[in-house]
Parts: sequence; C-alpha cells; structure tokens
Amino acid sequence: MRAILAASAAARLSSSAMAERSEAVGARRRVALMVTCLVDQLAPEVGIAVVRVLRRQGVQVDFPRAQTCCGQAAWNGGLADEARALAERAIEIFEPYEAVVVPSGSCAGMVHHGYEEIFRDDAAWLARARALAAKTHEFSQYVVSVLGLVDLGAARDGTCAYHPACHATRLLGLGDEPRRLLEAVRGLRIATLARAEDCCGFGGAFCAKLPELSDAIVGAKVSHLAQSGADTVVSSDVGCLLNIQGACKHRGLPIEALHIAQVLEGRKGGAA
Amino acid sequence: MSGLGLHDAFLDRARHALGQEHLKQAVRRTTDRLRDGRAAASAEAGAFEAWRDALSEARRRAIGRLDVVLQAWQVRAEARGVLVHHAVDAREACDIVVGIARAKGARLAAKGKSMLSEEIELNQALEAACVEALETDLGEWIIQLAGERPSHIILPVVHKPRGEIRELFERHGGEPLSDETRVLAGYARERLRAEFLRAELGVTGCNMAIAETGSIALFSNEGNGRMVSTLPRTHVALMGVERIVETLADFAHLVRLLPRSATGQRVTTYVNVLSGPARPGELDGPEELHVVVVDAGRTAQLAERDYRDALACVRCGACLNACPVYSAVGGHAYGTVYPGPIGAVIEPLYARDDERRAELAEASSLCGACHEACPVRIPLHDMLVRLRQDNARRGRGGATALALQRIAARAMAVPFVYDAAGRIGRRAARLAAGGGQLGRWALGSAPVVRELLRRRALPDVPIRSFRELWDELEEER
Repeated sequence: MRAILAASAAARLSSSAMAERSEAVGARRRVALMVTCLVDQLAPEVGIAVVRVLRRQGVQVDFPRAQTCCGQAAWNGGLADEARALAERAIEIFEPYEAVVVPSGSCAGMVHHGYEEIFRDDAAWLARARALAAKTHEFSQYVVSVLGLVDLGAARDGTCAYHPACHATRLLGLGDEPRRLLEAVRGLRIATLARAEDCCGFGGAFCAKLPELSDAIVGAKVSHLAQSGADTVVSSDVGCLLNIQGACKHRGLPIEALHIAQVLEGRKGGAA
Repeated sequence: MSGLGLHDAFLDRARHALGQEHLKQAVRRTTDRLRDGRAAASAEAGAFEAWRDALSEARRRAIGRLDVVLQAWQVRAEARGVLVHHAVDAREACDIVVGIARAKGARLAAKGKSMLSEEIELNQALEAACVEALETDLGEWIIQLAGERPSHIILPVVHKPRGEIRELFERHGGEPLSDETRVLAGYARERLRAEFLRAELGVTGCNMAIAETGSIALFSNEGNGRMVSTLPRTHVALMGVERIVETLADFAHLVRLLPRSATGQRVTTYVNVLSGPARPGELDGPEELHVVVVDAGRTAQLAERDYRDALACVRCGACLNACPVYSAVGGHAYGTVYPGPIGAVIEPLYARDDERRAELAEASSLCGACHEACPVRIPLHDMLVRLRQDNARRGRGGATALALQRIAARAMAVPFVYDAAGRIGRRAARLAAGGGQLGRWALGSAPVVRELLRRRALPDVPIRSFRELWDELEEER
C-alpha cells in the first residue's frame, strides 16, 4: 500500500514537472477556438475543457464571438448556396488568426474537404479556404502534431473505449493522435472496441430523417461497447458522443460518453 | 415529419427489413465476413494502395477517352470475328438479344450472372418471346426460383436463410433435402448440368473489355460462366458501355483488385478472357460471339463532372459491405437493381427524372466508408451530397421541409438570431426533459424530436451555451 502511494506521489510529481516543462511548449502560441454549433449549444463543457487544457500548456485562446456554424449541416442537407454563405463567413472570421482549433473532426473536415468542394470554381475563395484549412486543426491533432505533446499530465481511473469518428478519420485524416493521448493518461485502461471504425449512426440530420435506421446502426455500436467492458467511450466528436450517450442511456447501459478534451482536463482519479 | 420528405418508400422498405430478424442477421454476418476478407487480403497484399491508385488511373484514363477506346476495342474484336451491337437503352438491348435468339431458333438461354441483364430485365423480354431464360449461377438460380430480385451485386441471395433455399429446392425437385451446403449445391449442380447441353444460347455479362486485344473478360467462382460461354453454339455477352480498360497491363490491376475487394479472394476460381468465337479447327467455344454494348443512361455521365467518376466502378460490391445502412437493412430496401452506396449514386443518374430513385441520396450517414473501401476510389459520399443538392434545386424533398432547412441555415448566418434560437431551443428541450404539461406540448410540437426520443435518451441540455459562459472562462486566466 505504501509502495502504491509512493508511486502515485512520484507520478504526480513527474506529471506536474512535465506540465511545467511543457508550459514552454505552448507559450507565445495563440489560437482561435472554432467551438462548433453543437458544442456551443449542447456541450459547452467540451469547449471549456479544450480552453483549459490548451491554457495549461501556455496557449492563449481567443473566441471570435461572431462565429456560428461552419456550414456543414446545410452542405450535407443539399443547400449549396446557404452552405457557401456560412463557409464565407467562417473564413472571414477565422482567417486573421495564426491557428484555429476545433473540438470536432467533422467540422475541421468540413474546412479541409468540404470547402474544397464548395469553392472549387472560385479561385480567390478557394485560395482563402485552403489558407484557412492549412492552419485549422482538430483538437487532438493540434496537441500532438502542432504542440508536439502526448503526455498532458492527465489522470483518470477506469476503462475507456475509443470511437474513431468517421469524418475525423475519413474526411480529415485524423490518425492515432487521440489514442496516443489516451495512452498517456495515468490510471486509464484502453479497452479493445470491436469494429471501432464503424459509423455510430449519427450522420447529422440522418438520425432525425431515418431514426429507425440510425437506431439499428447505433445499436451495433452500443453492443460492441458493452462487450468491450469500458465504462467510458471517448471520441473527437460531440455529434457521435451525444448519439452514443443517448442510445446507451436508453438501453440502460451505464457508459459515459466523453470528448477527449474532457478526459485530458481530468487531473484526479475517479470518473470526472 | 420523420422520413425523407420525398416518397418515403425507402424508409418504408427499410422499416420492413428492420422487422425481419433473420434477414438482419444474415446480411450483417455476410457483410462482416466479406469486409473482413477484404481487410485481410489488402493487408496481406502489401502494395494494395498502389494497386488501387493504378486501377483508379487506368479506369479514369479509359473513361476519359471512352469513344476512342471503345472504337479501338471494336475494331480488334470484329477482326477476331466478334459481332458487336450497340444499344442505347434497355429496350434496344433486349430487342437485340431476342433477335439473336429468334434467328438461332433458341428455346432455352442459359445465363451466367449479370447485373446488367437484371437492369434491362432481359429474362422478362426473353420469356415474352417464348425463350426460356435459365439462371445458372447458384445464387441467381435461387432468386429466379423464388421470383425475387438480387439483394447484393455479387451475392444475390445474401438475404435468404438456408432453410428457405432448401424449401425452394424441395418444391422444385419434389424430394426432401437437407440444409447442408454440399447437398444444396449438389442438387443445383445436378439439375443445371443437364440444361447447359440443351441451351442453344448462352448469355453472360462482361466484367471488363480490353481494348488492346479486343477481348472481354469474365470473373466467376462457380464455373457456370465458363460453361455458358463455351457450350451453347451462340454466346451473347452484355457489356456496360463504360466497362473497358485500354491495355492488358491495366486489366492485370483488375485481376488483383476485383476478387480481393469483392470477397477477399486472391483470385477468382475462373478468369476468362474471351477474344472471339471458336476458330476453325478449335473444339471449344461458341460458333458465334455477340457483344451487346449497352448505354442505358451511362454516357450521359461523361459530361457531368460531379458524377463522371462513378463510371469507373468495377461492380465489386465492397461499398455495400462497408456501408452501415446496407449492412443494417440489406439490398431490397433500396428498391433498385443496384443497392448500397453505388446504387444510391448510379440509379438516380441512370434515370434523372425518377423521384423514387432520387430519395436514395438520403440513405446514407455520409460516413465515407464506401469511399474508403472502393478499389477505384470513387468519392461516393461527395456524390451523394451533390445528388442531395440536385434534389433541393429541383424542389424535391417537400416544400415545407426545404423551406424550414433554408430558414435554419440562413439564421445561422446572423449571430443574434442564432443565439436567440439557441436560447429558446435549449429552454424548450429542458422543459420537455422535465416532463410537465408545457414540456409535453413542446415535444408534441416537434415530431422529429419525439421520434428521436423514442429511441434515445435526451441529452442533458445545458442552461447556458458556451458563448454565454465565455466571459467567466476568460476570468479563469
């Protein structure tokens, strides 16, 4: 017992030392937070976690208040003109900043891939869209690839399963950044999630337009989660998380859905 | 207002499928097996991604100058004695085949598996002309006996449980059988073998034509394709006008990728490259080889930049197996000949004015798994979005639903309106979650939410949005 306490004290020491060291990593960096409409309206705690985690690394976070939506919902819904208007707004709002951080692979994927589609025939806007895309990063990408950090000194007891969000991996090209960040969280075990790469059935308006179908798809995800033995499911995207959380609750499965930033914000043991 | 706001025929069929437990299990089991097979085959291959690049390039190169490539193929094919026909649409294609059957006095046409023949409804046309059409692919034969349509591009009976197949065969043969694959396949083999010898006409599809040699190629696992193309005196191959590559080297990429993408096999049991009828002195092969080149809405896509790449499709079915929607409901829910993501894209393109097909653009969560699985990297998810835009432009999707979506999208462009709508919406949701009369009213007024909540627990809706909390967050610094 004493040994365990000593070890955990040592871990705390080393992690705080590491946090101090890494404070220099983010110093003099300044980012704009593209919070996304979903996080803004339905999961503000995710935005708060992102801001706190980045600030701990010395990154200065701005929140351009004029921002609303990147235009993805309109674009995927077939409203090309409305989507373009929202995309132009987003470009105008975010292009003055040196970097943009998004707590969503889907919205970051929209900036990277969707804007290419929207502005394919407009060289001037396409150039601006590409310039924005070049400095727009999904949250875990920013931490791992830009800040060069993997261990943020976070701690959490329990077992999590990682759900790679479709747009994060397939549209944006997010790799193993979230997994590496999770592996560095003290006390956290990572369960094997069968068919982890399968869609959760959210799909934006898809889940409202075809609810039974969406339910069948998320049903498969929930049973894989139940089999994994995880108490928490972690992802880069709030859309998936709300969907999975709602389906788990409805089925009486006690699994908590958390954004990766919320896990990284945790400093203490025990479910946050 | 749940549903697509179009005809909701897809939703109805999907609901029907979701109510059939054995169907759901059979489809999921098969799609899982096939995509696992593909994953294993691609991992083992090492150069899989490079092969995909090569095949993508080869197919797009051929499509990019389709007229020239087709012409080159036809000149060489004709020099080898192939009789080439061109059909603008399904009806012309059927007329040509029926004409050949009549000229040969054929009473029985033995058929190899061909999705194009399903598309043009050749069996019905042959039967109408008093020519019996007999499917000789095991799966297609089962479908024919059951009077159904294939539910998968390469595995037509994926939806059918073994017991039902046994019952079909028992009714057909009038003798009891068992559920064993060996017994069922043995029964089909015995019954079908006799028919090959009787058929005057053999009808097949064409997986790919090769311009360099004037050949057509057939991939199959059961051997029936080879029998159909060699035993009858006349062989008619149906070929989609876009199914061509320029060189044998291009074709080699297909040999590697088609089976690996479709089933995870390294190679299919039979790969036939046919370059003309039997020559004088040759014992094998048909006396006549006809190739019917069918357009049926395909060349129209050459001029459509949004969809031209769909012509590169090699019909492997990998996108079906990867698709969460297909895996959940199977092929019949789509109500079209080609199901899955590729079907949702090409079926509306083949008939631009058909509203029932147009709604298939919504049958996707846009997860992108189809694009990831496609051996020729067709951006199916982007095409589905473009098709949705076409639908919106044509006012398809219900005027009210579209107007509401437009208003929401435009409100997003005005921060004040966005903020106010968010405050009201979140309060309404909290009221609803709290129960009570007002909450029930709030829910009742939003059928979409009500429909969703029958299957999901409501999220804990926050009182304040992130932007309302920002000032406090700034003070934390």
